[in-house]
Amino acid sequence: MRFASAGRHCVRGEPPHHADPEAAEAARVLILCAARADGPTVTRLYEHGTAAERRAVLSALPQLPLGTDGRAGVPLIEDALRTNDTRLVAAAVGPYAARHLDAHAWRHAVLKCLFTGVSVDAVAGLAERSRGDAELARMLGDYARERTSAGRPVPDDLPRVLALTQMSPLSADVSAGPSVRSPSSSATGPSVRPSASCSSTGPSASSSTGPSFGPSSEEA
Amino acid sequence: MRIFDPHIHMTSRTTDDYEAMYAAGVRALVEPAFWLGQPRTSPASFFDYFDSLLGWEPFRAAQHGIAHHCTIALNPKEANDPRCTPVLDALPRYLVKDSVVAVGEIGYDSMTPAEDHALAAQLQLAADHGLPALVHTPHRDKAAGLKRTLDVLRESDLPPDRVVLDHLNETTVGDATDSGCWLGFSIYPDTKMDPERMVRILRVHGTERVLVNSAADWGRSDPLKTRHVGEAMLAAGFSDDEVDQVLWRNPVAFYGQSGRLTLDIADPGALHEGNSILRGGE
Repeated sequence: MRFASAGRHCVRGEPPHHADPEAAEAARVLILCAARADGPTVTRLYEHGTAAERRAVLSALPQLPLGTDGRAGVPLIEDALRTNDTRLVAAAVGPYAARHLDAHAWRHAVLKCLFTGVSVDAVAGLAERSRGDAELARMLGDYARERTSAGRPVPDDLPRVLALTQMSPLSADVSAGPSVRSPSSSATGPSVRPSASCSSTGPSASSSTGPSFGPSSEEA
Repeated sequence: MRIFDPHIHMTSRTTDDYEAMYAAGVRALVEPAFWLGQPRTSPASFFDYFDSLLGWEPFRAAQHGIAHHCTIALNPKEANDPRCTPVLDALPRYLVKDSVVAVGEIGYDSMTPAEDHALAAQLQLAADHGLPALVHTPHRDKAAGLKRTLDVLRESDLPPDRVVLDHLNETTVGDATDSGCWLGFSIYPDTKMDPERMVRILRVHGTERVLVNSAADWGRSDPLKTRHVGEAMLAAGFSDDEVDQVLWRNPVAFYGQSGRLTLDIADPGALHEGNSILRGGE
């Protein structure tokens, strides 16, 4: 199977054998891991990729050998966060972004999710990076005021992130999550689920990305 | 009435069009790469356009419940500009993509030697990549253009049942039928075909191997013309099954030859009411 053609080779086993985009993404991630794709390779694959291929590159970044500082994927994350394609935005805010985006870019990534309707469940390390972030709190408050003064609803996820910012940096474990939970109506949908990791045994395995920035589904 | 528009340029259309198309029954479409009205001056401009046909435009379509596939090619008009012809060398990396279901639009515009070369080279690319081809017949000198197109097709490795000849009309449908190719008809408000003339052709030639499209683009055109043909067919006594054959099963059969047609519409997920387009532009 080739990276570009994975989509048409990953179909559901039962008739009518519809395409299985999640399996295709998992297959692409596994191809990248097996090839130990480096910075120049992932950059070329991303720049030449369809949206589905770009998602796979973004998802695989935390598990690839990207040089000593591991930052070769940062321009790809930044590119994805400039799009309005929520499939790409959701894939961009994974553990790699949590580890490598600076504070300004990361705050804007969180706001971008709120703007475009991507559930913040997709944001890896949300609790850890939000905790005590007064600047993010200010941005969220301003955005909420802007929406309210326009007579428009505030995104369901906004109070949830705001509550996280107000946790003390030294406070106790927040892994159980804040009490303000967003309803699932903001819908991650199938396209923003965690994809396979290199260590997974099958295409449906969810990612496990180390102790620092686990998938947000474990935080919530 | 379920509708597959086998030739429409959604890059040039609005979200209102997507909504109206969905309401009219359109659930799938193919967007061929073409000329944008403003000539391009470099291959990079094509690459951004091709990337859009593989990225942003399918995303827009999915938000409206419509499956989007595309065809990729250097169009005949710009095949005459030496600044653009290096695009031919980059086509193979696009023709392997999952949502590319044909090579197109190729064919003739002014019938120049440069167009001869681009047509023959791209028919070979279609054969090499297991793809059918969408062949545009020229607007000017159409009958002579079709004859020259058929000559090139006969010399190619691509069998006629993997080719659709598009923008046909009463003067070209006979030769096109005899060629064994699929028959494409573009229904326009003023030029090309209209629904009533389309029905007359269907009465004479039957519904086999016929594709009807709106070819809607940045010019005066109407993305609901496919629906209008379906209604005109029913009014003229065609059955629901015959309408379904022309407006759905035939394009599925033609583009299905690529092995890459996926008609299960992805859940637009996070995008109720098209949020990212309506208010995502920070």
